Amino acid sequence: MALLEVRNLTTRFYTPDGVVHAVNGISYTLDRGETLGIVGESGCGKSVSVLSILRLIPQPPGKIVDGEVIFDGHDLLRMSEEEIRQVRGNRIAMVFQDPMTSLNPVLTIGRQISEALELHMGMTKAQARQRTIELLKMVGIPQAEDRIDDYPHQFSGGMRQRVMIAMALSCNPEILIADEPTTNLDVTIQAQIIDIVKRLRDELGMAVIWITHDLGIVAGLVDRVMVMYAGYLVEKANVKDLYGDPRHPYTIGLLGSVPRLDEKRKRRLFSMKGLPPDLIDLNPNQCPFAPRCDYAIDRCWEENPKLRLVAPNHEVACWVDVRK
Amino acid sequence: MARENEILVRVENLKKYFPITRGIIFQKHIGDIKAVDGVSFFIRRNETLGLVGESGCGKTTTGRTILQLYRPTAGKVYFEGKDLTTMKGKELRRMRRKMQMIFQDPYASLNPRMTVGNIVGEPLEVHGIAKGKEKRERVMELLHLVGLNPYFINRYPHEFSGGQRQRIGVARALALNPSFIVCDEPVSSVDVSIQAQIVNLLEDLQAKFGMAYLFIAHDLAMVRHISDRVAVMYLGKIVELTDRDELYHHPLHPYTKALLSAVPIPDPSVEEKRERIILVGDVPSPANPPKGCNFHTRCPIAIDICREVEPEFREVGSGHWVACHRV
Repeated sequence: MALLEVRNLTTRFYTPDGVVHAVNGISYTLDRGETLGIVGESGCGKSVSVLSILRLIPQPPGKIVDGEVIFDGHDLLRMSEEEIRQVRGNRIAMVFQDPMTSLNPVLTIGRQISEALELHMGMTKAQARQRTIELLKMVGIPQAEDRIDDYPHQFSGGMRQRVMIAMALSCNPEILIADEPTTNLDVTIQAQIIDIVKRLRDELGMAVIWITHDLGIVAGLVDRVMVMYAGYLVEKANVKDLYGDPRHPYTIGLLGSVPRLDEKRKRRLFSMKGLPPDLIDLNPNQCPFAPRCDYAIDRCWEENPKLRLVAPNHEVACWVDVRK
Repeated sequence: MARENEILVRVENLKKYFPITRGIIFQKHIGDIKAVDGVSFFIRRNETLGLVGESGCGKTTTGRTILQLYRPTAGKVYFEGKDLTTMKGKELRRMRRKMQMIFQDPYASLNPRMTVGNIVGEPLEVHGIAKGKEKRERVMELLHLVGLNPYFINRYPHEFSGGQRQRIGVARALALNPSFIVCDEPVSSVDVSIQAQIVNLLEDLQAKFGMAYLFIAHDLAMVRHISDRVAVMYLGKIVELTDRDELYHHPLHPYTKALLSAVPIPDPSVEEKRERIILVGDVPSPANPPKGCNFHTRCPIAIDICREVEPEFREVGSGHWVACHRV
């Protein structure tokens, strides 16, 4: 049985400008120990979808209008507030993009990490402090015994992100959700952070959901990839199949748009025409990518394709076979 | 063609320090942030020199100081053989027709209270090149050139997306037909698919009008893609400079090697075979750079001399410059 099963998750935001269709009926599973990448550009719904899983969407203006998120036999969307608080930070942990806004600036980092340990693991203050020092060492913070009493502003961006990871891992979660944790960091620091996460993931046997727009990171980190566009899941595949045999025109476009460090000859970057669609009052009866698609046929404008299997473990939401 | 290879911009030992002061009423100068600490390079006509490095390395400050948006603390900048650092007033303004800038943040670099037409047309007005109907025609031509509908001329920046605003910035930079444009992280703030559009636009315009670019960015893959030669900066200094292929295939400086190994490649079969050089620790503060080689605190191959003596930035191969004692 899968560790996490998301079924038809649909989240909307009700704003004065209209209804924003942020997440549109996405379904997927996550197995124990698996690393899943969710890829897409800004506004595609990747962050909102995982925030919805943990019910971290402000309601109003947001609302999870449909779907089920089954974790260990229970639907996270239908639990009581008390029950889900037992899951958050404990069994499913999250690392956010900007560590400065996710860390409390007026509490020491030691206090922030110990909090989860005292709450979820029932440790005493002394035990929690000891464990916190261990965790800081685990994520590579030098002089952990001294730095435990420092405040977030006394750390660099990379160090703060390590603190976030230490916090997330403190209760040995079964799932770690990382939402663009390295986007604002320098590339050498990013490499350090990814290295830590990989090491700890392997040591602890955690499942990981890693969200990013960076196709390079995904290639080196995950087992399976899901591509999102305009709130829809448009392609799901094993990482090698996604890069080696992409079937959705958006995936193909995205892969073509990205410069590769190791490109042999100078080539022109593929440039998709147009812009991502407005998520307000999105038309559910056409493929959201049709206006930008080089392969679009009449059917794309009349009916929104659902995900279907096109190869072993490879699903695509598209009416066209791009190989022809 | 001889003119093609002509050096357009020459930077010699450029420095830009920002003073650190203490005290509110009587400000005491207690130190300097050595943002740019002695960089030297040249750019030829029609060439793209990439300037890459991580945050705080001084690349943006270098770009701005070359254009005299900051006056240098020391060093020289020659444009078409003339020393910009000693120019001011009318003379400098006249030079500015030939050198322009595209900024990083498409939301901060356009005046929200000016129409697009006025933003793009302002350089023409300021330099007395065109006004009235002629200016309007030129602006519409420029908007068309960057792929925007010329009839958007009366719209305000907030009515455009990030990528479109960046194009407006490009149109503005082109207005005076410059021969040199400093592109300061022009695609860092936009999505991947829009990055490709902007970069292709810049390449097309370069092919059409023959401009030189200084392309500043932290994305090494993008820099390598668009540049002819690449300079790698670390803590205010250039550590390596060579052509784009040589940099990738034969990097000499340990920082360059670490940087290259840290850049993810969108190909799982390549990624699984890669060996990462993981640097230890954080970048030191430019207010207090390490003695000797400024990279020695994080360098995997540092030896005694590296901690004491600053390495010379010297040419070790044809056009391949490095600052490292171990090379």
